[in-house]
Amino acid sequence: MSRVTLDARRLLCPMPVIRVQDRIETLTPGTILEAICTDPGVMNDIPAWCRINGHKVIETRSDRTEYIVVIEVGEEE
Amino acid sequence: MAQFRIIHGFPRLPTKHIMTEQRKAVALISGGLDSLLAAKVIQEQGIHVEGINFYTGFCVEGHTHAIRKKDQKKPKRNNALWVAEQLGIKLHIVDIVEEYKDIVFNPKHGYGANLNPCLDCKIFMVSKALEWIRKKDFDFIITGEVIGQRPMSQRKETMPVVSGESGAGDLLLRPLCAKNLPETRPESEGWVDRERLYDFSGRSRKPQMALAEKFGFKDYAQPAGGCCFLTDAQYSGKLADLWRARGSKQYEMDDIMLLKVGRHLRPAPHFKVIIAREEGEANFLQGYRKQFITIKTISHGGPLALIDGEPTAADIELAARLVARYSQGRDADLVELEVMDREGTSRALKVEPLKPHEIPQEWHI
Repeated sequence: MSRVTLDARRLLCPMPVIRVQDRIETLTPGTILEAICTDPGVMNDIPAWCRINGHKVIETRSDRTEYIVVIEVGEEE
Repeated sequence: MAQFRIIHGFPRLPTKHIMTEQRKAVALISGGLDSLLAAKVIQEQGIHVEGINFYTGFCVEGHTHAIRKKDQKKPKRNNALWVAEQLGIKLHIVDIVEEYKDIVFNPKHGYGANLNPCLDCKIFMVSKALEWIRKKDFDFIITGEVIGQRPMSQRKETMPVVSGESGAGDLLLRPLCAKNLPETRPESEGWVDRERLYDFSGRSRKPQMALAEKFGFKDYAQPAGGCCFLTDAQYSGKLADLWRARGSKQYEMDDIMLLKVGRHLRPAPHFKVIIAREEGEANFLQGYRKQFITIKTISHGGPLALIDGEPTAADIELAARLVARYSQGRDADLVELEVMDREGTSRALKVEPLKPHEIPQEWHI
């Protein structure tokens, strides 16, 4: 299973969501994408986007300066 | 007469008993009630609906709540995503920041009460949606427009302007006011039943609220002055000031972000001072230290400030006195501040805080 990282630091929502969306379009199902962000809004927005678009959030974590969302890319419909 | 596109080699017969292609529509989703209802009305007719949301950089939705500390306790919900989740549809968020500049600089149909180019904006977004449906092989476009709802962009006269100038023509369906408008292709082709569309008009929200209740939607976003900063007089004033100061209508993403943050004071045409109003804003402005000269109080608690422009040494001292005025040392004889240039070289400066009467009202942008 491949794993890729996306640097979305210093971007404010919805830009991190757009970056995640655009990156996922290039990835194959099952790939793990780790998005590193600094806007706390991503903790709600990226999981919401994943739920409606068929991707799975497998981990969220934060050290108060960075907010990391780990996503498993879903199957294409 | 209704026509059906036939798949799998069935004979071309206009009968409802044969297999017909699943029709697909894209709905412009702003996050507000109207677009939620418009998409739902079409979903109820068996159409496959997906949402599209355009990010212009001026969207109220989203990032400002991430800046101000006092707002960080509020629930952070992106309403467009929330709407999509309520509808159970996919949402495609499209970054149009760069392309949108042309709309803001030169709106063919002019500005509204402020620097809001609402009609050009709607035409542009529908044209982008048209590009999208062609690329994705969808059949038509839905918007939540209601005749008379908005004074500039949603009037009886502007409805054909949007459909015509966007190029969408009769592929643009407004389910909430369709019965007040000529039949569109989705209706004439029988993809949707015109009788099950609506005839809303005017500024009243009651019909929409009743329909929301019928569908069981609660907790939807309440309209609060629109979804775009350009409709805000104060924000537009700051943008106009920026254009005046630069001598041209230009902006970058950082410019329009900074217009949302802090107090903006312009003591002279060639520079302005952006002063954080609280900790969250100060943290946000910290990220711009390499792009601007920054000022921070040392001897007293106080805000972080940026100087935008090319100030002289005297201007920097004036800016420091201004920042001191907004610090806890405002009544002190002297306040010590740190001035840091873009390369990170800093120096200390002791200044007398400006008195309130020394700050003319016209400095405030």
